[in-house]
Order: sequence, then C-alpha cells, then structure tokens
Amino acid sequence: MSAKNHKPIDEATIRHIAQLARLALPPQDSAQLIKELNEILGFVEQLNEVNTENIQPMTGAIEAQIKQRDDIVNDGGYVDKIIANAPVQDDDYFAVPKVVE
Amino acid sequence: MTENKNLITGATGDWEIVLGLEVHAQVRSAAKLFSGAATDYGGEPNTQVSFVDAAMPGMLPVINRKCVEQAIRTGLGLRAKINLFSVFDRKNYFYPDLPQGYQISQYQQPIVGEGALLIELEDGTEKSIGIERLHLEQDAGKSMHDQHPELSFVDLNRSGVALMEIVSKPDMRSVSEAQAYVKKLRAILRYLGTCDGNMEQGSLRADVNVSVRKPDADYGTRCEIKNVNSIRFIGQAIDYEARRQIAVLEDGGKVIQETRLFDPQKGETRAMRTKEEAHDYRYFPDPDLVPLTFTQAWVDEIAATLPELPDAKKARFIEAYGLTAYDANVLVAEAEIADFFEEVVTNGKTFRDAKAAANMVIGSVFAGLNRLGKPLAESPISATQIGQLLDLVSANIISGRIAKDVFDLMFEEGKYQGKDPMQIVEEKGLQQVTDMSVIEKAVDEVLAANPEKAAQAKEKPKLAGWFVGQVMQATAGKANPQAVNQLIREKLGLD
Amino acid sequence: MSELTALSLATARDGLQAGDFTASELVQAHIAEMESARALNAVILETAEQALTMAKASDARLQKGKAGALEGLPIGVKDLFCTENIRTTACSKILDNFVPPYESTVTENLWAAGAVQFAKLNNDEFAMGSSNETSCFGSALNPWRRKGEDKDKPLVPGGSSGGSAAAVAAHIGVAALATDTGGSIRQPAAFTGTVGLKPSYGRCSRWGIIAFASSLDQAGAITRNVRDAAILLGVMAGADDKDTTCIDLPVPNYEAALSGDIRGLKIGIPKEYRIDGIAADIERLWQQGIDWCKQAGAELIDISLPHTKYALPAYYIIAPAEASSNLARYDGVRYGLRKAGRDITNMYEETRGAGFGAEVRRRVLIGTYVLSAGYYDAYYLKAMKVRRLIADDFAKAYEKCDIVLTPTTPSAAFGVGENIDDPLAMYLNDILTVPVNLAGLPGISVPAGLDSQGLPLGLQLIGRPFDEETLLRAAHVLEEAAQFTAQPKQWWKEQNGVVS
Ligand SMILES: [Mg+2]
Ligand SMILES: [Zn+2]
Repeated sequence: MSAKNHKPIDEATIRHIAQLARLALPPQDSAQLIKELNEILGFVEQLNEVNTENIQPMTGAIEAQIKQRDDIVNDGGYVDKIIANAPVQDDDYFAVPKVVE
Repeated sequence: MTENKNLITGATGDWEIVLGLEVHAQVRSAAKLFSGAATDYGGEPNTQVSFVDAAMPGMLPVINRKCVEQAIRTGLGLRAKINLFSVFDRKNYFYPDLPQGYQISQYQQPIVGEGALLIELEDGTEKSIGIERLHLEQDAGKSMHDQHPELSFVDLNRSGVALMEIVSKPDMRSVSEAQAYVKKLRAILRYLGTCDGNMEQGSLRADVNVSVRKPDADYGTRCEIKNVNSIRFIGQAIDYEARRQIAVLEDGGKVIQETRLFDPQKGETRAMRTKEEAHDYRYFPDPDLVPLTFTQAWVDEIAATLPELPDAKKARFIEAYGLTAYDANVLVAEAEIADFFEEVVTNGKTFRDAKAAANMVIGSVFAGLNRLGKPLAESPISATQIGQLLDLVSANIISGRIAKDVFDLMFEEGKYQGKDPMQIVEEKGLQQVTDMSVIEKAVDEVLAANPEKAAQAKEKPKLAGWFVGQVMQATAGKANPQAVNQLIREKLGLD
Repeated sequence: MSELTALSLATARDGLQAGDFTASELVQAHIAEMESARALNAVILETAEQALTMAKASDARLQKGKAGALEGLPIGVKDLFCTENIRTTACSKILDNFVPPYESTVTENLWAAGAVQFAKLNNDEFAMGSSNETSCFGSALNPWRRKGEDKDKPLVPGGSSGGSAAAVAAHIGVAALATDTGGSIRQPAAFTGTVGLKPSYGRCSRWGIIAFASSLDQAGAITRNVRDAAILLGVMAGADDKDTTCIDLPVPNYEAALSGDIRGLKIGIPKEYRIDGIAADIERLWQQGIDWCKQAGAELIDISLPHTKYALPAYYIIAPAEASSNLARYDGVRYGLRKAGRDITNMYEETRGAGFGAEVRRRVLIGTYVLSAGYYDAYYLKAMKVRRLIADDFAKAYEKCDIVLTPTTPSAAFGVGENIDDPLAMYLNDILTVPVNLAGLPGISVPAGLDSQGLPLGLQLIGRPFDEETLLRAAHVLEEAAQFTAQPKQWWKEQNGVVS
C-alpha cells in the first residue's frame, strides 16, 4: 500500500477470497466485484498517511475487566429448541452432506 | 548436544526423529468455556447444547472462571510463565461441527507461556522437555460419517467444552520420549485435577509433529498427525511416519508439510483428503470478549493450593522411604497409587518396611487389580489391611510366603475376601511355628529320610537350601524360615 | 393519523396512566395506522393478534395500578433483534424462516416494562447499508418527499434502521428499537425528521441482537422527540450477565435529566467536520444550531478532531472484517437457508451465495481479504491503530468541552436507486456518524429544520462515554430551540385508497 499502491485484486484473488469465505460467485459477477473491491481498497489506502508508530491497536470500544461466570450448569437440555430450525435433521442430529476426511 | 541413542538406520545412514507434541486436554469443569451447558461425557445428542454452543444468531460468549483457574493451575504445575494479560482470538474456518464458523482460541497472547516438563528415560536418566505455551480454546462438536450413506451427522454436545492446548518444543527424539512425555503430562494434569486424562473418551488427544533429519542437520519439514488418541497409537503413528519420511527422502523426494491422519486399523498415516486451503485461519481478536486480565494475587492464591506433584513426590519417596528411583517412579505415576502406598507404609508415627510395602503395592495389588480389571478405588483390600499384613510378617507371626497366600485369600472372591489378615491367619491356623522343638523334629525327620543328600550337602553347602524347602513344605510353610535354615546348617556342620 | 397515533410516547404513557384511553384502544389505533401504511414497507412482519393480547394484559395491570414504565405502548422492533417464537430474519434470505427460541435482552426489558410488540421492522440486510435498499424485503420508503416536480419520487428512509425511522415518522408506532454500527440510527432519523439515539457502546446489551460488527454494534431508539428517547433508553439499558461487553453501571433516570438548562455547558465544534461536499443547507443549519446553543447559555468552543478523515476508511476495514467472521455461522447447517451442493463445501458456497445479497457479499469478501494472510497488518492492524487515534482525539476534546455538535449527515434523503450502484458514494453517508461508533461514544440526531426541498435535516450531538444524561439534556434544549413540527404529507394512505 501507500507509496506503492496495493496490488489490485484480480480474478484469481477474488476466487481465492470467495473460496475462503465459502461464497459461490456467479462468473458474470466477478468483473463488477473486482472493480468495486478495488475502489474500496483504494479508498481505505489513505490510512497510510497516518503515522501509527507505537500506537496500540484498539480492538474494542470498552476497556473493562472481563466479566466471568461461575462454573455452574444452568443452560442446555433443550434439544428440540436446538434443532427446531435445522434444514435437515435426523434423530436429534444435524445432518449435512457426507464429509470425507 | 547429547548423543542420541535412538537413531533409525536407513539406506543412506542414520536418521534422527524430531518430535513436538500439541496436546489437547479437556479442562475439568462442570460447564463449558463460554456457556452454562454441561460437559459430561456420553449424553444424548445435542442435549448438552446451549444457544451459544449452537451459534444461534445474537449469542455471546461469557467466560467460565473455573476454566481460567484450571489453565493457571496447569501452567503453575508446568513451572510456566502465567500471563496476567491474554487475548482471545477467532480462528476462522468452515466445518459442520464448528457452529460459529470460528473457534475461539488464543493466538499471539496465550494465558500461559514457556515452561518445562521432566521425563524419565529408559536408562533412568531424566530429560527436560520445553513447553512452548498453553492456551484456552473451545472444542468442536462431533461429526459422524458412518451412520448414513449420503449424510454426516453432527452432535454439538462437545461444542464449546474448554480445552487447554499444551504445545511442547520440538525437544523429543524418540517414540519412548514422546510416550513418556504424554504419560508425564497426563500424570501432572491428573494430580492437579485440571483434566481427567481419559484418552478413550477423548479428554486427552495429541497432535504429533514429526520430522526427520540427519544427526546435527537442520530441522526437516514436519508433518502434523492429528488426534492420536492412545499412548500406543502415538508410538505406532510416529514409527510409521518417521519411516515414511525417511523413505521419501532416501528416494530423493521431498517431505510435504501437511496434516495427516493416523489409521489405527492399518497402523498407517495418510494425508487428509479435506484440503484446508493453506491454513489461512484469519485470526483476529474476538470483539465479543475483552482481554482476559487477572492479578498476580489470584495466581498466588491458586499456587498455594497446588498439590505435591510427581517430581517432588518421587524425590521425597526416595529420600524418606529409601525407595529405588524405579519403584518411586512407578508409585508416583498416579496420585491415588502414591497415596495408597503412603497409607500402607505409614504406621501411626513410624514407617513400615518400605521395600516390602512397595513390593506389595506394585506386585500384589497391581497384579491383583489387573486380574480383576478393577481400578485401585475398587480394591477389595484397603491400604490399612495391607499394612496389617506387613505387620504380621515383621512380627514373625507369618512368613512372607504365607503373607502372599493370605493376600490372595483377602483379595480373591471367596469367604475370606476383604477380611482382616489376623482373622484369616487365626481361622486357618497359619501362625508361624517358632517352637524350636517342633522345628527340630521336622528337620531331623527330613535329614533322616535323605541320608545320601545330607552327605552330599556337607561337600556342597548350596544343597542346604533344598533341605530348607523340604522342611518348609513339611510344616506347610509355617516354620520360621530363618530358624529352619540355621538348624539345618548346624546339623550338617556347615557353620 | 388519528388522535391516538398523534401522541408521543410520553403523552401516550401519561394518557394511559390517567385513564384517558385504554392500551387496547391505543394499540388498535396503531394497528390500523400500520395497515394503512403498508405502502411504506416499513413493517415486514405484523403481529397484530399478539399485540392485542399484550394490550389486554397491559390494561389489566394499568387498572391494578401495576403499570410498568412503558405499559401499553406499541413499540416496533428492528428485525435484527431476536424475538422469541416470532420470525427474525435480519432482512436476509439466508435466515429464511428463522424463528428464535429466545428473546433478546433489550426486547425482553421492553416487554417486562409493559411495552406492546406489534411489528418487526425493515432494515438493510444484516444492517449493512445506508438506505434500507439492501433488505431482502425491498426498501422501506421515506414518508417524506421533496417539494415541487419531484413530489412523487420515492426517497430512501436511510439505513440501516430505515424501517424503524419510517415507522416512527409515519406514526405506525409510538417509537421503535433500532441498532447503530456506523450511523444506522442517526442517519435514518435525520432523513425522516425523527430523533435517533445511539447510546455508548456497552450501555445496552447486545445479547440476542444479530451481530454485524461486534465492537461497533449498539442498540438504540428512534422516537419522535428527545423525551421519548430518554424514557426508552431507561428501559433498554442496563448490565447483562450474558454480554460481557455490556457495562455494569447504574442506569440513571434519563427523563429527569431533561432540565432544559445548558447554561455554562461547553459545546465543542470540530473544524474537521466542515467537509467538502456537504450540502449548503446543512452548513447553514449547523450554524443555526451553534447560535441556538449560544442563546441557551452554552459556551461554544472550537475543537479539533484531527483524524476524522480517517474514520470512514478505518470503519470500512474493521466492520467488514468482524462481519466476515460474524456471518460465518450462516452455513445452512443449524438454521436458515440451505441450498443443495455436490459436497459439504459446495453446499456452503451455494447456500451463502444464494442467501447473502450483493452488499453483504461485498463486505464479507472485503472483510475476508483484510484478515487474510499477508494483509492483516497492512489493513486490519493499521485500522485498529487509527481507531485508537480517533478515540484519543475525542478524549482530548473532552478535556475542553462536554459535548460535540455536528451535522448528522452530509445530505438530506436521496432517491431510491440513486446510490445503489456506487458502494463508495453510499458509504460516504456515514462520514459524520462513523467516528462516534469507532470511539464507542453516545450520539443523538435531533431534527432541526428542512432543506430547500422540504426534506428534514438533523443535527448530531456527541457525548462523553456513558454520559447520556448530558447528551439528552443538550439534545432536549436543541429540540426546543428548533421547534421542528413539520410532518410529511401522508401520500401512502392515498395510495392505499385511504384518505388521511
Ligand atoms: Mg494446534
Ligand atoms: Zn487447538
């Protein structure tokens, strides 16, 4: 990025990202998407004007002590609610196309 | 660098195996890492699942304090650095038993940093294996691929159960070192009460990183063998994988860095068919969880509750009871065994014969339990009773030999099972004969019955033992063996 | 509009308590209003029957003198809040007919206070959008239209909480719940002449709200005046053991904070918000707002928020990154849409390809890219560092002032379809609201006037973290000064054949 511009997203890159994100992309969409994503990446590139040396990244909007839970079983035990919305289920299991390892 | 005696000889010379282990240990806790669902093993499918564990829309993780405490406790047991600030990250990948589409784990800032673990080698020497880190993460659910021709079934009961991933440095050089490492780690976890170490139920699983190299060369390319779930399989998997890699290299090929699966039926490893595209997990800090922070005071509080761990216990057993390193090692492998032994050896404020106590526990008790297929907790005889049995021997009421018979009576099914040893001795009239006139009579009878042997024995003193045996037999083992021995030697004129 | 639907939340509440009318009457009137306003497409699920049952129960409690703070008040809910046994979709095809077996904490709080659930409201798909046009149910429409020759041209209500804003502006409900990740409450409020309150990050629980970008999402309210927002926030807010990013702080009586007095209050005017391309009417209105505050006795202070310009680019890295991960759970396994595939991977791809709309796909791809190997440091880490600088800017400004005053949007509502093919142009809508989310601050948009085409414009006030009291106090004074009483012409009733 910065002085040297970011390597533009090309067809191979977009296929790779789509694969990582598990998104089917109709081939006719990719040209438009490549254009849009490159515009957005071009836009965010202005961040390189900012000197962020020695700046701690901010990962959240609050800085609080994390709240912790006691080790008590007070949830679960409602299998019907868990599988109620399942597109395919079998005998209280979620069912998916067979996975071959 | 110490010389490695565990080299594998190949066609082109010797090879050294380099091993590192990533052990996933299920945290002992009632509820899951980020939800209030139960962690019990073997529940009906999807019954121990909360909306959080099923990654329903809008659900948020809330961390279980106990799991944090268990991780700290384990870190302390591994003499490791405890990080007062650590971060939960998301590890993103798709798999049907990973409901969120990411695993909450710790990446760059784990809760526990570097530590060390001591293993005992076969030659009795010790070796320190470096611990790289320990981090907390969620377990995935369970997929079953063999229940239906076209479908895999998913059960989320395990989804979200807390795991400690304990990563070693690549410090191991042989199958036996790797196995000793897992055994020792398991012992420590069980001592600490942070993991039940049950490998059959999957509460302890190992990923083994295997590479080979010519001695003193740089590290070779490694393969990761996933989810090896017994000590024996760890051995088989490493053996197979090391030989496979050596064959590839000696054929002029290259080892490809990949994830492999161990097939216990065939005793082989094979590359996983599901491609994990270049392992691009896109880790980033989980925005649903602020960083995990706690005070040194809390760590100190936990440290104060740590039990005596195997290394310290072993040293004490050697020091206090005069046990051999071997016996001590066997006895400290499990905290319950060590406790049992200490109960056997302790008699009020004094100690019984430690060697005899160790033999009784390691020999008789272990062998007996093995025969019955029972754990120590279900032993038919208590440690107190074994102590009483030892006391009968040292008080010369019974001989060591009779003690073994009494032990068997107490142990095995039957009317004497579980009874106190003195009662059995009395009921069966097993008291040692100490009356010298009775013993002398028996000795005389045996000598008289075997005049030729007696003559020979005068020339060959070793034959005296045979007469001792005959007398013991004649007295049904009840004669005091020392007295018999002395009398025979006297009568044969050997002293 | 009937007499009952003309009431604000506060006046309706007072009328119910005084026994001037019943909750059943009030709710019935709003159901009628809802049915006559279907052309606005603000409501995507009407739950009239349940509403009448709830109203009956409210009447019983009112009679026994056991009324809650929102007893009998019909309040619409953005479809991002999970509602038990009521279909919740985030306006995405991927959730299909998802029926949550649980209730979000914020809506739970509402019903516990006696509020009546009667409608799930339209929004941009997964709250990704600034016009409500990315909804799988089609866009909600803005009740407002331009004067003159454009008078029949449909305008967007803003987004993502477009349905909430349109519903409140058209008096379909007395108020509506909404969420704000980068301006999704304040921008539609500004576009529809309503009040939009985004509380501090951590003020309201996120539990049960479908996540877009977890470190930015915050529940809030769209209402017809500042008092209503104060009342509603008082019920919504509060600690929640189920959300560890929700802060354990007592909830003040926000309504009591509306003293009408801002004498001596220091109001900061950030010079960086005078951006290029801002509408002249908005510049003018901002100056007007400054004058009103001065007249009310506040002290106006020039401040600098030097990293303002970088908020939008940082946001368009952080929000998509979090979204790409948050939306990974929509995989066709446990709920929602499933499309058949050759194998498991292909099933995922087909399901997600078919279930996500264009804008969501775009953001998932961008988010995946900026987190992927080799790009994390250059994009994501960089953006998180810039975020810190933006938050620090505000922290420094609040050493000098108590509150910041800016316009809410760079323009008034635009036409349906005008920006839909230009993602960047659409993103620029949030340029004045996004810094507030990055810093986790409370912000509010107050309707302050009409532009030359007769469309409403909003002014934004930004408060210190967790100081919603001062924010509401100042907003109330601004509201009093602006005296915004304009109402949109009820063209949607004519379309339905109903005469208003
Ligand atoms: Mg690992
Ligand atoms: Zn792991």
